[in-house]
Amino acid sequence: MKNRAPLSLHIPEPKHRPGDRPDFSDIKVPKAGEMRRPDINVAAKDTLDLAYSLIRVLGEDNEVHGPWAPMLDLELMKRGLRNMMTTRIYDDRMYRAQRQGKTSFYMKCTGEEAIAVAQAAALDAEDMCFPTYRQQGLLIARGYPMVDMMCQVYSNERDPLKGRQLPIMYSSKKHGFFSIAGNLAMHFAQAVGWAMASAYKNDDRIVSTWIGDGSTAEGDFHTALVFAAVYRAPVILNIVNNQWAISSYQGIAGGEESTFAARGVGHGIPSLRVDGNDFLAVYAVTKWAADRARANLGPTVIEHFTYRAEGHSTSDDPSRYRPADEAKAWPLGDPIDRLKKHLIALGKWSDAEHTALEKEIDEQIRAAQKEAESHGTLGSGKLPSVKTMFEDVYKEMPWHIRRQRQEMGV
Amino acid sequence: MATMNMIQALNSAMDAMLTKNADVLIFGEDVGYFGGVFRATDGLQKKHGRQRCFDSPIGEAGIVATAIGMAAYGLKPVIEIQFADYIYPAYDQIVSAAARLRYRSAGDFTCPLTLRSPYGGGIFGGQTHSQSPEALFTHVCGIKTVIPSNPYDAKGLLISAIEDADPVMFFEPKRIYNGPFDGHHDKPVQPWSKHPLSDVPDGYYTVPLGKAGIAREGNDLTVLAYGTMVHVALAAAQETGIDAEIVDLRTLIPVDIETITQSIEKTGRCVIVHEATRTSGFGAELTALVQENCFYHLEAPIERVTGWDTPYPHAFEWQYFPGPDRVADAMRRAMEA
Repeated sequence: MKNRAPLSLHIPEPKHRPGDRPDFSDIKVPKAGEMRRPDINVAAKDTLDLAYSLIRVLGEDNEVHGPWAPMLDLELMKRGLRNMMTTRIYDDRMYRAQRQGKTSFYMKCTGEEAIAVAQAAALDAEDMCFPTYRQQGLLIARGYPMVDMMCQVYSNERDPLKGRQLPIMYSSKKHGFFSIAGNLAMHFAQAVGWAMASAYKNDDRIVSTWIGDGSTAEGDFHTALVFAAVYRAPVILNIVNNQWAISSYQGIAGGEESTFAARGVGHGIPSLRVDGNDFLAVYAVTKWAADRARANLGPTVIEHFTYRAEGHSTSDDPSRYRPADEAKAWPLGDPIDRLKKHLIALGKWSDAEHTALEKEIDEQIRAAQKEAESHGTLGSGKLPSVKTMFEDVYKEMPWHIRRQRQEMGV
Repeated sequence: MATMNMIQALNSAMDAMLTKNADVLIFGEDVGYFGGVFRATDGLQKKHGRQRCFDSPIGEAGIVATAIGMAAYGLKPVIEIQFADYIYPAYDQIVSAAARLRYRSAGDFTCPLTLRSPYGGGIFGGQTHSQSPEALFTHVCGIKTVIPSNPYDAKGLLISAIEDADPVMFFEPKRIYNGPFDGHHDKPVQPWSKHPLSDVPDGYYTVPLGKAGIAREGNDLTVLAYGTMVHVALAAAQETGIDAEIVDLRTLIPVDIETITQSIEKTGRCVIVHEATRTSGFGAELTALVQENCFYHLEAPIERVTGWDTPYPHAFEWQYFPGPDRVADAMRRAMEA
């Protein structure tokens, strides 16, 4: 026997489980405005401090601070507020529809609305998005018809995807929104290819793509960073660190020993870590990254530090693996509430206006839902023709699929 | 017209497509300046520029993923996976994305990429440079799988693959890159220049996907083969004196059921030959198709000659490789049944 301590295996464990009092006092929250804003042609290694800190603009005083303050016009902020509120209310309606048995599955993005909505505002409408499954705010911000979104969720006769995809796996080329897949991280590297194509064609469109903290553990995430760095692809590589991958906390994805943003620096990609619940900060870092991409300076990694306020999907109960009130203890607040308070602090918004807007959106969504449901809900029998099941496997239907369709008698 | 071996024909196909279509671009490991480990892209970077033909990192998943993104954008990427044995890191990208993109987006996004990859044995490559993984792809709906057996077809099929609207797996039998190897490893291989199908037009032409060729007409028995095995089957026919009709499938998916059916209705006997392992190999699908479509014309059980269900062993190359003697034995069994 050698005179050494035996080896021991480390299994990361979150600080709080059901029954514990959530305490996030270990999370260092820098003051808004504290972080420097480098020039867009900064070297990756010179962003290391930014990759390990947190860029924040909106302070506790509801005012903007520091060099990252984007100085947005009021209309843009009001539109952002409306889009975030629409996303949240839409989520609530669809979640309820699933509970009412109108569809099989739903995923909310509650607490994370600022990410998709502020980024949509910072990008051009023509820029291409390769989202994962919690960026429905992009479609809402880009004006995709809500009835179509709902018809997709209901897999009904008007479903643009003809009943082929799990609810929320939207696709709209017209709105620059790439088809969502359940196989995580794959699209992250595909986004790099789209960006390379845009550069190859001397186009002026850039790409933004999103991945969760959990799926950064996939090889495709790292592959995407390698290819993006090698070819200086005009792409924004967003990591949405919402702390939870279903029931696994971000430490299981390797978030304990480093930040997710820091992954980018090692690949030679300038990397930022941002308060993902701060609409203005998210807008500012996205604009910075977009400017880099447009100037042929290549990719940027952005870690959005946020919190998944609800379950992963309709299929899990988060109170089984984390304290039920953990969301309330999250130190970075709620993105809608923070932007609302900022607008009020500017003297350009009020609680009464906010409540009125909430009601207006709610009515719009109820009307859209009524229309969508007139085309059927899952299991209601109103479906696309079953013939369409055999279409689009290939451009031209080959003989063997035609024969199988005939075998089915349609 | 020029006399070309398989490599030259493939190179000529890519050259023609780079010239014809500015949306065609080529990338993969070592394919740029160096021109590929098998020289298939030799000179293309010099002629067409670095942006049209370039090196990729050693990351098969990344090569396929970026090609999917490019194809979704509207380009026509032609990518090389250096050996088919290295394709597995990219399998998820091929199966879950490339093959499904048209379907899952209801035609909104498509994926017209071409993936070239040398495959097959007979080169003492051991288990990591000899595999024939085609059945892993023929099992997946949404992709096409193509395997040429001679220079003329190689060029025409590759051009068709590049122009196809859907993703195409283009497997190249590397043992016959330089000559139509017939499985007689102890005899010198004739160069392609002595073979009529090495006469290849210089410019653009196509050989359609989904159409088999007849490598040898015959009346006694049908051999279904592709790639190197077409030449092995030709040798076996000659050596046995059996008047075999040798169908060169060329495209595995969608397979040319008409040509297969017509041939077997004529001969009543069927031998299926491939290098890949037997169980769940493409021969299993062919056997089922022949049974479903030609049962009442069959006069003998269907024979399968394949690689054994073991990894490809380095030292037992010729015991593993389904050579002309094994094919000949199967042909005799089919004739005697």
